Amino acid sequence: MTEPLIELQNITFKYPGAAAPVFQDFNFQFREGQQVGLTGPNGAGKTTLLHLIMGLVKPQAGKIMIFGQEVSKEKDFVNVRQKVGLLFQNPDDQLFCPTVLEDVAFGPLNQGKAPAEAIRIAQETMEKLGLTGFEDRVTYKLSGGEKKLVSLATVLAMQPQLLLLDEPTTGLDTDTKHRLVHLLQDLNLSYMIVSHEDAFLHHTVGECCHVHEHCCVPGPGHQQEN
Amino acid sequence: MSAIQEPFAEGASAAHRLDPRAKVVVAALFAALLAVAQTYAVVLAGLALALIWLVLARLPLKKVVARLLVVNSFIFFLWLVLPLTYPGQVVWRLGPLAATREGLVYTGLITLKSNAIIIALIALIATIPVITLGQALQTLRLPDKLCHLLLFTYRYLHVFEQEFQRLVQAMKIRGFKPGTNLHTYRSYAYLAAMLLVHSYDRADRVFQAMLCRGFRGTFYSLRTFSWRRQDGFFLALSLPALVALAYLEWGFPAFLRG
Repeated sequence: MTEPLIELQNITFKYPGAAAPVFQDFNFQFREGQQVGLTGPNGAGKTTLLHLIMGLVKPQAGKIMIFGQEVSKEKDFVNVRQKVGLLFQNPDDQLFCPTVLEDVAFGPLNQGKAPAEAIRIAQETMEKLGLTGFEDRVTYKLSGGEKKLVSLATVLAMQPQLLLLDEPTTGLDTDTKHRLVHLLQDLNLSYMIVSHEDAFLHHTVGECCHVHEHCCVPGPGHQQEN
Repeated sequence: MSAIQEPFAEGASAAHRLDPRAKVVVAALFAALLAVAQTYAVVLAGLALALIWLVLARLPLKKVVARLLVVNSFIFFLWLVLPLTYPGQVVWRLGPLAATREGLVYTGLITLKSNAIIIALIALIATIPVITLGQALQTLRLPDKLCHLLLFTYRYLHVFEQEFQRLVQAMKIRGFKPGTNLHTYRSYAYLAAMLLVHSYDRADRVFQAMLCRGFRGTFYSLRTFSWRRQDGFFLALSLPALVALAYLEWGFPAFLRG
């Protein structure tokens, strides 16, 4: 049995000012090569789970292990973020550079790549997503679907080992959704997808988890592995 | 639909193609010099210099005039007040009001100064896209925080504007008609507060998204500025002109006098 890529042990998390905790003694495991859909009603903590993994929110109690190492401080998560990519729900939160090329190159530059190298990676990633020719487009003038794909490009450009996608299909038309399905199938990456769309999950993940206060249980749409 | 436009930023004129760093330096020196200048000769010479830059920028005259009108509409209020309140020799009287010669001279000086500075800024700064300006300021070693503030303000003004429009639409489709009543005031207060809350939340999420992509406080730019011969010429001609203006205003500094 391989060591889990991500392991959350007895996590308790409550948003400040909230009446009830989102997670109480929450346990979760994610293994290399898994492709998991996270489902659950609004407010169940799906997004919170992804944010806990990225260190954007910190649990009040419990232990987070990523790549076999305990992460708790901001410094630990800086390393996590080099290897794990998070696609935000709203692409307007993610895109902040004036042009598409600069936005996609932002991650690689932060990873210490030289500008020429960052541009090369950005262009390759965009080509993979069918975004060739978008380099000089202005990010805030893109359509909703284009923004979503560019956001995905900004995450993929960092060449993550694990991808966390927070409702990647909201606002996408059927064609773009199909494109996304094919992309994810071709990527050959481990990923977790938060989504309310059974049809989309059916094509992209091997199993579904229903997020609860204490744990994730195999949820509707779950398919037995092998 | 966007309210934020940069009508002068696009173009291929001599002024557009100059290195933004050179333009920023010259424009800053020019503005500071003219702001403190006290003599008509210097201000008029400055105005002439600004007009030369404007010609180099080859901007649509109509839009330039429109922008100058906006500035001068503020200066118009100075003409209403300043000549009547400035102490000095009275040259014109209307009932209890009296305009002074010194007041008129002073207001005229302010008018010329403002126009010269605005024209110079239109020709030299408005011809730089805001994003490039931010990066140029950064390479000129201005504090990173200020440069980032400029860049982010610009980027998210659009988003806030859209958010504002969305909220206004949400009010309209539920039959909101502004009037002079408490309901209107309260609704506008909610609108303003909501915009503030939304903006704050968004700033938070944007920062989180940046952290996720490995941001650690430093921006790396893809843009490199290249200094060309024209930029050298521009500096070689502009800086002596500025020195000449300073000389005209203050004469030689004491330590240079023989």
